[in-house]
Amino acid sequence: MTVTLQLFIGILSVLCIASAIAYGLRFRVANGKPHAVIDNLIARINAWWAMVGVVALAFACGKETLIALFALLSLLALREFVTLTYTKRSDHLVLALAFYLCLPVQFALIWIEWYGMYSIFIPVYAFLLLPIIAALRADTERYLERIAVVQWALMLAVFCLSHVPALATLEIPGFEGRQMLLIAFLVIVVQSSDVLQYVWGKLLGRNLVAPKLSPSKTWEGLIGGVLSATALGAALFWITPFSPLQAAGIAFVINLMGFFGGLVMSAIKRAHGVKDWGHLIAGHGGILDRLDSVIFSAPIFFHLTRYFFVP
Amino acid sequence: MLEKALRFLMLLFARVLTGARAVPVQAISREPTVYFSNHVSHGDFVLVWAVLDKAARERTRPVAAADYWNGNAIKRFIGNRIVRALLIERDPAKRLENPVEQMCQALDRGESLILFPEGTRNLTDAPLLAFKSGLFHLAQQRPNVRLVPAFIDNLHRVLPKGEVIPIPLLCTVYFGAPLERIEGEVKADFLIRAQTSLLAAKKL
Repeated sequence: MTVTLQLFIGILSVLCIASAIAYGLRFRVANGKPHAVIDNLIARINAWWAMVGVVALAFACGKETLIALFALLSLLALREFVTLTYTKRSDHLVLALAFYLCLPVQFALIWIEWYGMYSIFIPVYAFLLLPIIAALRADTERYLERIAVVQWALMLAVFCLSHVPALATLEIPGFEGRQMLLIAFLVIVVQSSDVLQYVWGKLLGRNLVAPKLSPSKTWEGLIGGVLSATALGAALFWITPFSPLQAAGIAFVINLMGFFGGLVMSAIKRAHGVKDWGHLIAGHGGILDRLDSVIFSAPIFFHLTRYFFVP
Repeated sequence: MLEKALRFLMLLFARVLTGARAVPVQAISREPTVYFSNHVSHGDFVLVWAVLDKAARERTRPVAAADYWNGNAIKRFIGNRIVRALLIERDPAKRLENPVEQMCQALDRGESLILFPEGTRNLTDAPLLAFKSGLFHLAQQRPNVRLVPAFIDNLHRVLPKGEVIPIPLLCTVYFGAPLERIEGEVKADFLIRAQTSLLAAKKL
């Protein structure tokens, strides 16, 4: 508990500093007048306060609350993904099964800690059964595209995201009762990487990584962000079962996965001609805009930790 | 009291299910306004209602078909008491009152209206059905009332015809600029222009 508390105080201090800097910028640079970049920065930081508050509350309530919280985030993410992509009237049953069966079952399996089932339920059972149901409706127009959209939505918004609370079920010798700190490590490192990429990009960004996909992802932001977030991960080794070097290695991998997750999700957004997935979080966009990096890094982090640290 | 509670629950359900929002919010006004929308499901007017602010919503009534909403006691209760719909008779042979006259009276009382000029739910793949002439006659008789296109996006995917379980997809009501009035414009041209403005609202 003391570790969690120290961590929490650390995060609050960082947010205080960030808010102070942002309001300082509004005062000094924008002279208190509206300024697109600074106003967006303040909106983003305010949203961070709210997000940290929600997650901290869930942490305080325990593992079950955390699973319920991620089930809700998963629902919001799934709706954003399906809203943007193409499905037809004849896909209604498939969508109903995705929202009202696959999603609750996946999180229930994590709740009861049935690893053998939650790691194949969506990639095997849902993957094979949903196309069968769709085919029975005998509507072949853009069939593969329509069913692939539902499969992708389930994989990203439900399966991958459910690996975040699943971390709390890993049984690591000598780390009993502290597994929720693995979730804190993953979320802090990956989200810091996003923020640091943004900061490095705004300060030094010149060369775009993928000009067609994203106007804000630069090589300077990528390298600076990933390296500094990796250093942060190493510095946080004391909340994990990892040594400093191991923590750095794992942080590096999940930061890279997080970056490429953002890139893939940008590609999907560009393909549909939108900038954001939704409007739920002021300054950030939708849930998926905030969680894209976590979605791509969570299963990798889960399996690396499970493979190397769970006997 | 009961009506208020049920109305609140209906709006809450619509908001939670669809995350309904208005784009742009500034389009909502408290002046008497005719919002005209595409019609894809029975929930259409709820969505437009849900994105209006409280003051605007309290004086806004959906225009609905009397033959449907007087169908049975439950529908009558919902239509008259919860929704406070302005019920009009679609079949000219059964009409006791002129629908355009009814709508004008409501506007004169300071109320706003939600109108579905397609007259029936659009279950085709076409973006809009041909508009009925009511909107034109209304525009003729009340030249100063704002006619605002309000395109309802995505609701047909939430609950397609014949389905019972709603899917919680995000819905948006896109408001366009009030329709300009052109002196001497004939009915057919006016209705085409209204249709075009409704489709264009989504692209704003």
